Amino acid sequence: MAAAAESKGDMLDVRNVVKRQGTRETVKDVSLSLRAGERLALLGHNGAGKTTLIRMILGLTRIDGGSISVFGNRPGDGKARRITSYLPESVVFHKSLSGLEQLALFARLAGQPVDECMPLLERVGLSDAAHRRVGTYSKGMRQRLGLAQVLLGRPRLALLDEPTSGLDPISRHDFYGIVDDMAAQGTAVLVSSHALTELEARTDRIAILRAGRLVAMDSLENLRRRAGLPIQIRVKAAEGHAAEVAGSLGGNRMNGCRVELSCLADQKMARLKAITALGDAVADVDVVPPSLEDLYRYYAAGEAGS
Amino acid sequence: MMRRIFAIAGAELRIALRNRWILIATSLMVLFSLALTFSGSAPTGALGVDLLTVSVASMTTLSVYLVPLLALLMSFDAIAGEVERGALALVLTYPVSRGELLVGKLVSHLVVLSLAVFLGFGIAGLAAWLAGGASGESLAALLRLCWSAVVLGASFLAIGYALSSVARSSSAAAGLAIGVWILFVVLYDLGLLGALVYDGGGFFTRKLFPLLLAANPADAFRIFNLSGAGKVALASGLAGATTGLPTWAVLISMFGWPLAVLALARLALKRVEP
Ligand SMILES: Nc1ncnc2c1ncn2[C@@H]1O[C@H](COP(=O)(O)OP(=O)(O)OP(=O)(O)O)[C@@H](O)[C@H]1O
Ligand SMILES: [Mg+2]
Repeated sequence: MAAAAESKGDMLDVRNVVKRQGTRETVKDVSLSLRAGERLALLGHNGAGKTTLIRMILGLTRIDGGSISVFGNRPGDGKARRITSYLPESVVFHKSLSGLEQLALFARLAGQPVDECMPLLERVGLSDAAHRRVGTYSKGMRQRLGLAQVLLGRPRLALLDEPTSGLDPISRHDFYGIVDDMAAQGTAVLVSSHALTELEARTDRIAILRAGRLVAMDSLENLRRRAGLPIQIRVKAAEGHAAEVAGSLGGNRMNGCRVELSCLADQKMARLKAITALGDAVADVDVVPPSLEDLYRYYAAGEAGS
Repeated sequence: MMRRIFAIAGAELRIALRNRWILIATSLMVLFSLALTFSGSAPTGALGVDLLTVSVASMTTLSVYLVPLLALLMSFDAIAGEVERGALALVLTYPVSRGELLVGKLVSHLVVLSLAVFLGFGIAGLAAWLAGGASGESLAALLRLCWSAVVLGASFLAIGYALSSVARSSSAAAGLAIGVWILFVVLYDLGLLGALVYDGGGFFTRKLFPLLLAANPADAFRIFNLSGAGKVALASGLAGATTGLPTWAVLISMFGWPLAVLALARLALKRVEP
């Protein structure tokens, strides 16, 4: 089994996994895989099952169906734990230890040299606060400390649960820089997030969970193409021509002089030609492609396939 | 394995030092022991024993209440609290076993307890010696009191870990710990006493009672210290109450409890979902 996983280069292989909590199935028949060096974003509404899935991969909670293999190892095995690192949703460290002491504890548990800690704290921008107690840290600083422990010992699989919550824009940027570095060194990275826009350029594939079910998993372009979401065209009519424009183009008249049209990608040019044909009656045109937000809503809110 | 146990024990010790646990536990022990030593100094002459002997007898009685309480206070939160903070989940993604975690915590808590006991009783003992004299025999009794108090503490630390693993929250664990404390140091003895009165010197009194007494780790500790050294027994008035109870039964209870309950705690911890 290990050999098979290695030959495919899959760091993580999740197959038909099911989780029951009480009488409800909170994760339903989810399958996904992650190659070395790949970055996967895991999206989904609150309660979609992201954290539950990650906890199953870590072996922190039982799997009620299907199987998970972490580079050929069972979740929670000694070997699996050695190559995996985790950033929990809400990082709670002991407040009376200093950042450096906390990280040193993790280093000892991981069997890594303790002198690796200070450079890691520098890398996440905590070197000045290294000797201060974690109780005095801001939320973002605790998040950075959490990230530092993820980097300990160069994991081969990193599972980050909403890692950028509580980070300011610059810190988010730095954070994705670190994720890129990890991926470049061959770490498979799974990032769960609600912050859509920042994921756009930063991940190779996007997986979307809806009520425990995986409803999409692909690259952004493919998701876009498959969703076939309409493009919005906003036309501003010249003084006194609103009725004429709305009449000839169809679409919704929004207020005195605006008309909104929507069309699919392949009709876009034809619509634009019709608009320019109206000549001076049109004052301005905006073309708005479907945003990641729309795309997310399409897959996550149940508009796809239901 | 040792490296990970020491890493956890070291961090826990640091935490105990910083949130003043070591200071609080030690000063409690010192204060109570000193108070008992000097308030109990009256009957010394009458019994023909030195002040330290009397002091050991009263400190034994104190320890029966105080040591289990301190141990439970240190341990009730050890697992449930970490689960609540989400810290256990993160730690368990590291290659450290639940058993190592438990032993690491036990080591640090035992160090804290030993500090409190040896310093507390040591200082009281020193004061008694200076004030009223001591003998080789009473010093030996003091030493015996110290190490057996740590063993008693280990029993209740283990009980605390087991409760902390079973409880769903840290506050539930606290409630359970208080219940266990009352059960072991108050209700158990009351129950036995009631049975004694009812039985009126029959089979229960002669055969069962001493064994049942020894079965409670707190009572085993009391018997071990009070009836062990002749003069301490004299000072405590316990001579005769437990005659016929072999020392091995007391020792089995004293050492069996921490080991057995630690194994139980390990089993309970296995079922905890962090
Ligand atoms: N310990 C538990 N007992 C019962 N139900 C649970 C438990 N943990 C999670 N759930 C349920 O499982 C579902 C998935 O929860 P999960 O925490 O995985 O969501 P999530 O996608 O991480 O949400 P969020 O974006 O809010 O973090 C939810 O409906 C939640 O109520
Ligand atoms: Mg979550």
